[in-house]
Amino acid sequence: MLNVGKIEEGFVLDHIKAGKSLSIYHHLQLDKLDCTVAIIKNAKSNKMGKKDILKVECDIDMLDLDVLAFIDHNITVNVIKDGEIVSKKELLLPREIKNVIRCKNPRCITSIEQELPHIFVLADEEKETYRCKYCEEKYSGAI
Amino acid sequence: MRHLMSPLDFSTAELDQLFDLANDIEAHMDKYSSACHGKKLATCFYEPSTRTRLSFEAAMLNLGGSVLGFSDAGSSSAAKGESVSDTIRVISCFADICAMRHPKEGAPMVAASKSAIPVINAGDGGHQHPTQTLTDLLTIRSLKGRLNHFTIGLCGDLKFGRTVHSLINALVRYEGIKFIFISPKELMLPDYITDMLKEKNIPYEEVIRLENIMPELDLLYMTRVQKERFFNEEDYVRLKDFYILDKAKMELARPDMLVLHPLPRVNEISVEVDDDPRAAYFKQVQYGVYVRMALILTLLNIKVD
Repeated sequence: MLNVGKIEEGFVLDHIKAGKSLSIYHHLQLDKLDCTVAIIKNAKSNKMGKKDILKVECDIDMLDLDVLAFIDHNITVNVIKDGEIVSKKELLLPREIKNVIRCKNPRCITSIEQELPHIFVLADEEKETYRCKYCEEKYSGAI
Repeated sequence: MRHLMSPLDFSTAELDQLFDLANDIEAHMDKYSSACHGKKLATCFYEPSTRTRLSFEAAMLNLGGSVLGFSDAGSSSAAKGESVSDTIRVISCFADICAMRHPKEGAPMVAASKSAIPVINAGDGGHQHPTQTLTDLLTIRSLKGRLNHFTIGLCGDLKFGRTVHSLINALVRYEGIKFIFISPKELMLPDYITDMLKEKNIPYEEVIRLENIMPELDLLYMTRVQKERFFNEEDYVRLKDFYILDKAKMELARPDMLVLHPLPRVNEISVEVDDDPRAAYFKQVQYGVYVRMALILTLLNIKVD
C-alpha cells in the first residue's frame, strides 16, 4: 500500500474518475506552479472501485477550480489548512470556460484565426450544455 | 456602443422602436435624406452577397451617407492573412459603421469585440443573418399590422435554413404564434428547435404536403428545397412539386394570407404567383432597405425630428 503524507495547506481533490488525474493536472495548469503535487492513480475506493486523487500543496487562493466542475462535478474538493480539512468546496458549473476545450466546428472563426481564445459559454445549466461563444456550436465530447 | 450580432440582441420593445422608425422612414423618406451626411458605411464582405451588400449600400445612400468596402475576401487584406480583429481596427479609422459578411461563424462578433465603430453582422456562415430576420419581422408587422396571434407556415428546407431558424427564434418572443412546418422528412427542423418549442409550450405541427394546410395560414414563408440536400434523385423528383407554390395552391389560401421568401427564388414560387396581391416577397426587399436605414440611424444614435 502506497502512503502519501498529509499536506499543510492546499487542496485534496478526491473521487476523480480513475485515469483522469493527469488531464486535471494539465487543466489546472499545475505543471506551471512551483508546488508539491501528488498524483495518486487507481487508488481503491469503496464508492467507485478505483479512483484518482490529487494532492496539491499551495496557497488556497492560487488555484482556479472552476474548470473542475466542467470536467467532472462529482470530484470532492477538500480545502486544507494547518493540516486539517477546513471546508469542502462545492463545484458549480462555470459560466464560461476559456482554452480548455476547442471548437470543432470547421465553419467557426476559431478554425482559421489561431490566436483567438477558445471560449465556451454555459447555455443550459440543467443539461450542462456549453456552446462556443463565437459560432454557438454545442460542445459534445469528453475531456 | 451597440452592435448587431443576432436578432435577439434587441428586446421586443427595442424592435418596436426600430420598426416604428422604419415605418416613419417609409412614410417620410425625404426627412431622412441627409440624416447621415458626412458618415461612412464600410461594407466588409468576405464572401459575395450582392443582394445584402446593395441593400446596405442603398440604405446608407438613402440617408445621405457614403459607402466604401470590399465584396470578396480575395480583394481584401484577408488574402494576405490579416486577422478580422486587425481589419476592423483599420476599418474603424476609415468609416463610422461597418456591415460585415463572413463565411466563418462568429467572425463579426470577433470584429465587434475589437471595433471602435458599430458592427452589423451581415451574415456569418450558417449561423446568423440578423438583418434578414429584422426584414422579415418588419414586413410582417407592416403588412399584417401585428407580430402576434397568427399561424405561420414555414416551407422548404427547414433543416439547414438559417433564415428559418432565426425567424422562429425571433417569433417565439411574441404571443399567440402557431407554427406549421412543411418539409420533406429529410429536411425537417433540427430537434433542438422543436425541443425549444415544446419547452415553451408553443404550438406547432410538422407536415409533408403544402396544400393540405394552406387554408389555415396567415403567413407562408417559402424557402428553396435544394436538390443536393436529398439523398437520392428519386426522392427529389417525387417531392419537389410538393414545395412549389403555384396559382392552384394559392387558391386554397385565405384572401389575406401573405407569402414571404428571403430570395433568391429559383422555382419554388411559380412566377404566376408574382402578380397575386398576397405575394409580399418583393415588398420584403424594400422593407429590408427601410429596416437597414433604421438600424444604421439607431446604431449611430442619430435622431431625426
